[in-house]
Amino acid sequence: MAPSIGGAMAEFCSDGLAFSPTAKARVAELLGRYPRKQGALIPVLWLAQEEFGWLSPAVLDLVAAELGLSKSAVLATAMFYTMLYKQPHGRYHVQICTNVSCYLLGADDLVRVAVDALGIQPGETSEDGLFTLEAVQCLCACERAPTLQVNKKDYFRVTPAQFQQLLTQLQEEGLRLGPSVGWPGADNCQGALAEAGHA
Amino acid sequence: MPEKRLLLRSHLGVDFTRLDNYLNHGGFAMWKRALELGPDGITAEVKASGLRGRGGAGFPTGTKWGFLPKDGRPRYLVVNADEGEPGTFKDRYFLEEDPFRQLEGILISAYAIGAHICYIYIRGEYWNSKAVTEDAVAQMYRAGWLGRNIQGSGFDLDVYVHSGAGAYICGEETALIESIEGKPGMPRLKPPFPANYGVFGYPTIVNNTETLAAVPVILEMGGAAWCDLGSPKNGGTKLVGVSGHVKNPGLFEVPMGTPMREIIYDLGGGILDDKEILAIIPGGSSCPFLTKDEIDVPMDFDGLKAVGSMLGTACITVIAEGTDLIGVMGRVAKFYQHESCGQCTPCRQGTGWLHAIVQKLDAGAAGEEAIDLLVDACNGIDGNTICAHGEAAAWPIRSICKKFRPQLEAAIRQRAAAAA
Ligand SMILES: Cc1cc2nc3c(=O)[nH]c(=O)nc-3n(C[C@H](O)[C@H](O)[C@H](O)COP(=O)(O)O)c2cc1C
Ligand code: SF4
Ligand code: FES
Repeated sequence: MAPSIGGAMAEFCSDGLAFSPTAKARVAELLGRYPRKQGALIPVLWLAQEEFGWLSPAVLDLVAAELGLSKSAVLATAMFYTMLYKQPHGRYHVQICTNVSCYLLGADDLVRVAVDALGIQPGETSEDGLFTLEAVQCLCACERAPTLQVNKKDYFRVTPAQFQQLLTQLQEEGLRLGPSVGWPGADNCQGALAEAGHA
Repeated sequence: MPEKRLLLRSHLGVDFTRLDNYLNHGGFAMWKRALELGPDGITAEVKASGLRGRGGAGFPTGTKWGFLPKDGRPRYLVVNADEGEPGTFKDRYFLEEDPFRQLEGILISAYAIGAHICYIYIRGEYWNSKAVTEDAVAQMYRAGWLGRNIQGSGFDLDVYVHSGAGAYICGEETALIESIEGKPGMPRLKPPFPANYGVFGYPTIVNNTETLAAVPVILEMGGAAWCDLGSPKNGGTKLVGVSGHVKNPGLFEVPMGTPMREIIYDLGGGILDDKEILAIIPGGSSCPFLTKDEIDVPMDFDGLKAVGSMLGTACITVIAEGTDLIGVMGRVAKFYQHESCGQCTPCRQGTGWLHAIVQKLDAGAAGEEAIDLLVDACNGIDGNTICAHGEAAAWPIRSICKKFRPQLEAAIRQRAAAAA
């Protein structure tokens, strides 16, 4: 799928789109780990995503330039991996496991709770840029099903009531903090290493 | 209690993410032993142990190490910690709770095969695993257990954690290698095998996390003694999981060859609400399903093969009577379609068909003939693809169609009745 709103972010950050000095140092360190520089590509794409929120075409170009790789090689790799975002994501990426073990223990009820609470379907992002909802594959904690993940944090043996409460909390927090890093129009396009996780 | 715990030790309540605690419980004691044995001696012990790959395929580990060409090229060790097989949750234990066990195995194995660089490929979604393992690696560097001249031995090893980015197929070893090289995770044609042409074209050994974690225990007990713990040709102990409709889901460790029934009923606590079993997935959703009459099987590679399934990751999913198998099949079909890398037509198209047919069944828009169509599509995929992902989709679905036809037909009639 082509990144459809790529232009927005590229324009927004087009003035001096660059890695922070910390990130630049990290790129150099990552390059030292592999006998060929393309080995550092996925780690550097992760880094770029933490810096800029998502991998807009401008960010992909920056990565290509930084590593001295062709733009097409960078694009091909970025497109292949679902966790590398080619579109801006909500501040809270709510990912509900709907694979077999979780399905057996009520995952679909959790999806319904999220759809009702957030007003979006799996695969969609709310207009305010706060939530992206996704039904994901096995998170490999099936003995603690049903499971879900919000950004980098796992939630295990989740009941619908607990999930409802969590979403309400996140909604309140989100209203205070605003949309995610790199959300078009948000004033936080860069230097956000610390922000990508929801502790 | 059929458990035998050598690797699993969460019950001790010790924080094994700290190097000092690991060392205080005998950690890295086997490094000294490894140096005494030397590379060939270690490989001989691993061969004697009968250790077979814990990633699912069960290939003998010592034999694999022996395939490395002796041509002087640099060698690499790659750890497959891309745990993604639906139903599986065993490598997560080492990565999050006992990271040095795997790292001790890495150190010994790298020395045995003559590798000076190791990449640990951890699944992208495993945030906690990545953080804990990276921290453990950093602790080892600080204490001189990694880097140059490790503990004065003259051996050098660098270990790097490499994060995946959300592609199940990267668990397949050659896709994983492509991914480390910064490319889309598309499996390679084999041969050449990784031992000859692996990461960046160099000779490479790819081993699963649990495989490597077993290596220090094997040295400690001696290969032959470890082998004797398990059933013939299936040495040692194995981590097994039980999830789904059971009273006591969890991760356990048993001698290879322990009857599956004991694992489900004694360790897993039996079926929720004391129901009957409808179906069992023995080791992740790539394995053909079993009926309740097939669970008196020894939980090892050969035992499950004998009943037409696979040990896989040995994490069992229990499905109780009353469960809608069309629903289950839908989750399985969707997964393999979503995760197909797309480079072979039978897998790319076939998994799409499987998913589309099951969706039609689920919507009550297809009759019993769809079951035959599913079997047809599975036959078209089976044996016609570059990697085993195609079979991983075809085998479980075909097994449901063949073994559970009456239940599927009932579910189809139910949907028709509901629609009428
Ligand atoms: C579709 C597919 C997915 C796989 N996923 C994994 C995985 O997540 N972890 C793993 O260790 N092996 C996985 N494997 C098996 C690997 O290809 C390989 O056999 C294994 O890493 C070898 O290590 P071992 O000999 O220690 O088991 C997968 C294989 C296929 C075909
Ligand atoms: S079988 Fe499927 S996943 Fe494997 S290489 Fe072919 S298309 Fe890719
Ligand atoms: S099926 Fe949900 S964590 Fe495995």
